[in-house]
Amino acid sequence: MSKLSNAIFAAGIAFVLACLMIGVKLNTEGTTLTVSGASTEQWIWIFSGIALVFFSQLFSGQIDALFGKMPLPKLSSLLPEEKKMATLKPWLLAALFVGMIIWPFMVSRGSVDLATLALIYIMLGLGLNIVVGLAGLLDLGYVAFYAVGAYTYALLSQYFGLSFWACLPIAAGLAALFGFLLGFPVLRLRGDYLAIVTLGFGEIIRILLNNWTAVTGGPNGISGIDKPTLFGLEFSRRAKEEGATTFHEFFGIDYSSSYKVIFLYLIAVVLVAFVIYVINRLMRMPIGRAWEALREDEIACRSLGLNRTAIKLSAFTIGASTAGFAGSFFAARQGFISPESFIFIESAIILAIVVLGGMGSQIGVILAAVVMTILPELAREFSEYRMLLFGLLMVLMMRWRPQGLVPMKRPHLELKQ
Amino acid sequence: MSEFFLYLFQQLINGLTIGSTYALIAIGYTMVYGIIGMINFAHGEIYMIGSYITFIVIAGLLGMGLVSLPIILIVALIVAVVMASTYGWTVERVAYRPLRGSNRLIPLISAIGMSIFLQNYVVLSQGSRDIALPPQISGGWTFGDPSIFEVSFSYMQLMIWVVTFVTMVGLTLFISRSRMGRACRACSEDLGMTNLLGIDTNRIIALTFIIGAALAAIAGLLLGLYYGVVNPFVGFIAGLKAFTAAVLGGIGSIPGAVLGGLILGVTEAMTSAFFPSEYKDVVSFSLLVLILLFRPSGLLGKPEVEKV
Amino acid sequence: MSQLLLDVNGLTMQFGGLVAVNKVNLKVKDRQIVSVIGPNGAGKTTVFNCLSGFYIPTAGSVMFKGQEIAGLKDFQISRKGLVRTFQHVRLFSSMTVIENMLVAQHRHLNTSLMAGLFKTPSYRRLEQEAMDRAVHWLKEVDLLQFANRESGNLSYGQQRRLEIARCMVTQPELLMLDEPAAGLNPNETKELDELIIKLRDEHEISILLIEHDMGLVMGISDHIYVIAQGTPLADGDADQIKNNPDVIKAYLGEA
Repeated sequence: MSKLSNAIFAAGIAFVLACLMIGVKLNTEGTTLTVSGASTEQWIWIFSGIALVFFSQLFSGQIDALFGKMPLPKLSSLLPEEKKMATLKPWLLAALFVGMIIWPFMVSRGSVDLATLALIYIMLGLGLNIVVGLAGLLDLGYVAFYAVGAYTYALLSQYFGLSFWACLPIAAGLAALFGFLLGFPVLRLRGDYLAIVTLGFGEIIRILLNNWTAVTGGPNGISGIDKPTLFGLEFSRRAKEEGATTFHEFFGIDYSSSYKVIFLYLIAVVLVAFVIYVINRLMRMPIGRAWEALREDEIACRSLGLNRTAIKLSAFTIGASTAGFAGSFFAARQGFISPESFIFIESAIILAIVVLGGMGSQIGVILAAVVMTILPELAREFSEYRMLLFGLLMVLMMRWRPQGLVPMKRPHLELKQ
Repeated sequence: MSEFFLYLFQQLINGLTIGSTYALIAIGYTMVYGIIGMINFAHGEIYMIGSYITFIVIAGLLGMGLVSLPIILIVALIVAVVMASTYGWTVERVAYRPLRGSNRLIPLISAIGMSIFLQNYVVLSQGSRDIALPPQISGGWTFGDPSIFEVSFSYMQLMIWVVTFVTMVGLTLFISRSRMGRACRACSEDLGMTNLLGIDTNRIIALTFIIGAALAAIAGLLLGLYYGVVNPFVGFIAGLKAFTAAVLGGIGSIPGAVLGGLILGVTEAMTSAFFPSEYKDVVSFSLLVLILLFRPSGLLGKPEVEKV
Repeated sequence: MSQLLLDVNGLTMQFGGLVAVNKVNLKVKDRQIVSVIGPNGAGKTTVFNCLSGFYIPTAGSVMFKGQEIAGLKDFQISRKGLVRTFQHVRLFSSMTVIENMLVAQHRHLNTSLMAGLFKTPSYRRLEQEAMDRAVHWLKEVDLLQFANRESGNLSYGQQRRLEIARCMVTQPELLMLDEPAAGLNPNETKELDELIIKLRDEHEISILLIEHDMGLVMGISDHIYVIAQGTPLADGDADQIKNNPDVIKAYLGEA
């Protein structure tokens, strides 16, 4: 078929798709249902959409070539060569770390808050990256472990008065346990089945949280969750209990709500740094090599005596514990959690962060998490279209750049001669 | 007969009704999986769009003054099927075909993206709230003793039974007797070979998606009329349940999808008879997990042997 | 030593109605090279799959070092000292040569999370030992100079040798090679020849070989089994097999 007839056909299809679904609107008037034609503005949208389809089909070859070869910046070419890197690296990292600590004192409270949110998604992305990117297991129910971490802290602090710091390892451990219990039976399933089962599990957890009102508060969730303290110093205007001191009282300065926000931000930075350190170590340990080998060729692994279920389970469990970490912090930051925060879309977003960032690549995941958090803020007017564009982005990225923003560059083990 | 049994019998009727609609949607999943080994994550959204189109057509025709219900329903059916098939075809063409051949993860992610896109597409065009259609077909038969318990079998339920039955018979005849149907079967056995024999497999795959979408549209019409309400997110849960049904019966097997759908429907109905209705979703998902753990090939499927 | 390393009796593998392997018997002693030959489609790889645990045999017994292993999982059998290669080389192609060798030694390393995170002395010692073993074997197969190269970038012959070295580093007692000479040129085949004999003589393992290259088979085998259409046809040493009329018929058809 010639390009032109292709384009006309595509435009025709686009018209068929749009004419009823967009062109006609359902309205509820009283108890009856009526329809009305779309407004002129909407028809303009429809026809521009059709025109877009028409032209993109007409020039499809050129478009594919353009995006297919999109040379996204190759970070490796920007960096100095290996030996210099080795000596430079610690200084760069130190500078980065110092920068991140100083930065919040110089910008608005809102920006710091946003940065903290980005750090949460970075943690989640890195955790799922272990499961999906490093071990190659598709987990669509990751949000369940996030929820476990959040509810663990919320409940422990409410019923037993445990502090945030004490709950962190407990939340991570409990999430890891859930990961183990879920993973043990399902990890031998084939890729797409595994995806659906984990999705189902995520939904089961959400429904249980929503309905077990006695413990979890049901749809109303849990509120009034304690914020983390600095060695017992609270970051509020007035101390909660008798005799406790607040942060500003202790240091003799005026109260400012920024202190709390900055404190939370700094905690997030510490947590993320910890997660990054652990993951980097893991990648250089036998288990990290085993994950990669398993992803490459499972049958060869089995023939060499590697127990694939145990290896997959380790990735799954560690990934889950990271989500537990993040969830615990999330609950502390929000002060309030409900099952609404743990719906499937969250899992999809985190998955998108991993996939779009470049499966396996930590830098890519960090970048993608930052973009995902910041972009909706920058494009406030388009917030209605946020999810629509998100879905579209996933489809297009898979078509044009499935390896993600920053394709994975694994650190290879070198034999020193 | 005791109240308990009559109650159970009612649940059975309800369960089989819902179950047969699950079966219709499940057939779409199973056919696509059988032919290209991929889970069409966006299939539930096609069902949802089918429901919306049904509402639009019915409301439109009623608004125009048309009174004859059979004609309205038939028009709605035809339009919904045509529209949904178009959507199904487009989704395959845009989101799946360019990715054929890459590792499993990539088309799945594309499918998830497509599912999110379609959901929000409908949110933007029709609003995210529930939209209700006044009941079109009411009344039915009742039997039993009014003082103990009355079992009712509504006309709507009868219609669902009849339509799903006719559809499945039609599909079976198509698959087993027609040339295209034979090609479909050949493709699901061995796609590569069928291609080499000169059959345009792209066309057959597109046809599979279209058939699946058409069936989902029919289910959308039936359930839309049955429940009387629709919103952009019904496709997600319905899709998961239909997938459960397909796996339960043995993915790749059409009779399996039907069997799975019916079993799932009845199980759900029985669960909601004794537990709060929110938990019936938990039961469905748990059933899915259990099946995949203990008999991944499903009830009617053949256990797959891994080639080393 | 009179105990058999591998004693297979009545091995049968059925897929639905198809009997792929029909009552096959095999015996392998210590320090032996045993070959399994037969026309294409005879079920030889299926036999390997049954022995190595990738398939669960429908019937029959497989005794390895006096222990019944039929029914065990693939990685369990591998840990007992029976390893195999595949018809198409299965390397971890985007990992380097040395990494391939280290992955194979996974269970000899300290895989505990804490030990690795804190680089304890025992962790470092085991890593070093694994590294030394890897280097030793790379030297044996003459691939040491490629240690840091991505294994997918080696020539096919080199990949084959790497696959064998990777098996050897797991310290097996029986090495099963599935058509190792496939895709190799005559030079490479000769090198493979010498390597297999060296493995038997210097490293005291036995080798079970599936091969089509008759020169290789007849030259190095201590014992040969012939399988046609899943059923045992004949067995004996090279001379006996060469002159066996049934074998000739199976390969060449009726005269």
